Amino acid sequence: MSGTTRDLTEASSTVDTSSFGDRRHLLTVSDLERPEIEQLLELTDTFVEVSNRAIPKVPALRGRTVVTLFFEDSTRTRLSFETAAKRLSADTMSFAVSSSSVNKGESVRDTIETIEAMGIDAVVVRHKSSGVPAQIAGWTNAAVINAGDGWHQHPTQALLDAYTLRSHLGSLDGVRISIVGDVKHSRVARSDIEVFTKLGAEVTLVAPPTLLPPSTAPWDVRVSHDFDSVVGSTDVCYLLRMQRERMTEALVPTLREYTAHYGLTSARADRLPDGALIMHPGPMNRGVEIAGEVADRPNAVITEQVANGVAVRMAVLFLVLGPGRASGAKNEISSNGAG
Amino acid sequence: MDASGEREADVVVADGRIVEVGPGLASQHAGAQVLDASGCLVSPGLVDLHTHLRQPGKEEAETIETGSRAAALGGYTAVLAMPNTTPAMDCAAVVREVLELGRSAPCDVHASGAITVERAGAALAPMAEMAELGVRIFTDDGTGVQDDRLMRRALEYSVGLGVTLAQHCEVSSLSEGTCMHEGEWSSRLGLPGQPAEAEELMVMRDIALARLTGARIHLLHLSTAGSVAMVAAAKASGLPVSAEAAPHHFTLTDECCKEYDATFKVHPPLRNAADVAALKAGLADGSIDAIATDHAPHAPEDKERPFDQAPPGMLGLEFALALAFTELVDGGAMSEADVLGTLSWKPAAIAQMVDHGGPVEAGHAANLCIVDPAARWTVDASGGASRSRNVPYVGRELRGKVRHTVLFGEPVVIGGEAQR
Repeated sequence: MSGTTRDLTEASSTVDTSSFGDRRHLLTVSDLERPEIEQLLELTDTFVEVSNRAIPKVPALRGRTVVTLFFEDSTRTRLSFETAAKRLSADTMSFAVSSSSVNKGESVRDTIETIEAMGIDAVVVRHKSSGVPAQIAGWTNAAVINAGDGWHQHPTQALLDAYTLRSHLGSLDGVRISIVGDVKHSRVARSDIEVFTKLGAEVTLVAPPTLLPPSTAPWDVRVSHDFDSVVGSTDVCYLLRMQRERMTEALVPTLREYTAHYGLTSARADRLPDGALIMHPGPMNRGVEIAGEVADRPNAVITEQVANGVAVRMAVLFLVLGPGRASGAKNEISSNGAG
Repeated sequence: MDASGEREADVVVADGRIVEVGPGLASQHAGAQVLDASGCLVSPGLVDLHTHLRQPGKEEAETIETGSRAAALGGYTAVLAMPNTTPAMDCAAVVREVLELGRSAPCDVHASGAITVERAGAALAPMAEMAELGVRIFTDDGTGVQDDRLMRRALEYSVGLGVTLAQHCEVSSLSEGTCMHEGEWSSRLGLPGQPAEAEELMVMRDIALARLTGARIHLLHLSTAGSVAMVAAAKASGLPVSAEAAPHHFTLTDECCKEYDATFKVHPPLRNAADVAALKAGLADGSIDAIATDHAPHAPEDKERPFDQAPPGMLGLEFALALAFTELVDGGAMSEADVLGTLSWKPAAIAQMVDHGGPVEAGHAANLCIVDPAARWTVDASGGASRSRNVPYVGRELRGKVRHTVLFGEPVVIGGEAQR
């Protein structure tokens, strides 16, 4: 028995994945209850350990094929998923819209059916329209993982954010988290709100009314339009990316005014309580939502978020494709274990 | 059953017209074709003020023939074809083409005409030449006429022609780029929503312009509680305003969009439960005159596009009557006779269709809908006679099934089967 095989067996035997149920897809964090999220984060610990090895690779998904299907460019998220799949020994394929038939008018359904015909086990989907991963899940037998759809969801971002917070704080219970900026157009915010509150955090959305969703009733959150009144009682300050096109939509008058009222300037960062953490999903607009100097402070954990992203995505891929997911995987693991 | 009430009788039809109505007539007409209407309501044929037949231009989604067959199966003897075809029905030539294609249809096909050239909202379409062909309703349906001055002129001009303008009420600056109702569900789903006010602002403006011009205006597919209240107030003040509601707007809510199934995408969008309740109350108290289907076929591949990119619209012709019985009568809001009024004689009057809407009396055109009010059925996914399958009611159990439809004396539907 090789070391990596033993580790894998440990991973699957010591981490209870049962409450993840027979979930085949990860489309939205709305489906996940607290125990499932906690188990996923525990499983992530295992894969962080794997990632820190000299040869950061286990054979858990050997022989499985994971496709990244990105209808919208996102090099960092795609690379993170591909790295995660490779560290689990899965074969990976990358399907990018700019080099594909989608630009020739092929429908999403025809695209997924074409890819599936090549023989795939999981497809990681990014699309600029909300709901596309859910639609795709109805058209394929492969596991579908949402890597970001429109303004809707980015589940693995929220999970890696929760993992990062937990690694610093131990627990999110009672932690005061301010999510600051363009919540309205943010799939990151919609996912984070749900995961953070399910884990017991107190979430406050800080934004001008134009950058909030029309209704915040679906969530257990507080809302503030006054960053200055909130910053002193913030344990975690989560900044969202401010996109320049929002100016043309009359949502804020100028970037300068936005930064003055909702940016994490050096002065505001100084008012954060001791030990408060600063987060950002990237890519950052330094000088807009976050001062360049603030992003480089020791309590800014932005690059840690990126590093944890790989391990969280390994955990997600393992859960949707690993033991018990499909007969092929189960047989492979038991035969490895017996060898 | 018609506008004057309810009675049990046989109806004798010859040469396209009703010749006699009374009890025990069957035995006096040996050899005549008999349609069994036992247990059924015999109503004037239904009249749809809002049908997208898609021809010319989108024949893969629907044709005048297939849409008319769906209409006949739904109990309709007349439909008003909406002008958002390609090319648009904005001149006599296209209107004539549609009427010509409709002549062999199993339903009386009436044409609406566009208010503006190419429905572009910039210049008045030649309304008089279309009116000469029998067009009585003009609309840019699919979009509202945004320009206040142009709408005022169109209303003034319509008075001289004795026609009615119908408006798709939606202020484009608030609705552009949106794909559902703005509220809790759009917030949760991360979809751009349009507020109820996008509709209500244009309802408000058009009521004001009706007051200014004295012209008749018909407000299409109203969807919000605020719109219903404004129409009720306008009617109370004596303005010549009429309004319609679509079956999906009194049956479904924005929550239906939660699976991102674009079958539930429609303009105006499905609203919330309070709006549904207001529409039902508005139909019951007469604030809303008519139920109109907004039957809007779309090919499956178009409805499978991402929710924000898919075209809006859903089928309605074969479901409207049963939805009305199930939601409005069984829901306790209205009687069957009142529902039939909103589906037949009231829309016939709005569209000035003299051969439709009854009454079921000797001398009148024999356009009849015979419906079994006790029949229960479950909507399947086939889409019925339509070329398209965008049905948002699949799996619902409904009450009321059309047994026969008679078009100018000809039974075009017998026992629920289309005869041509």
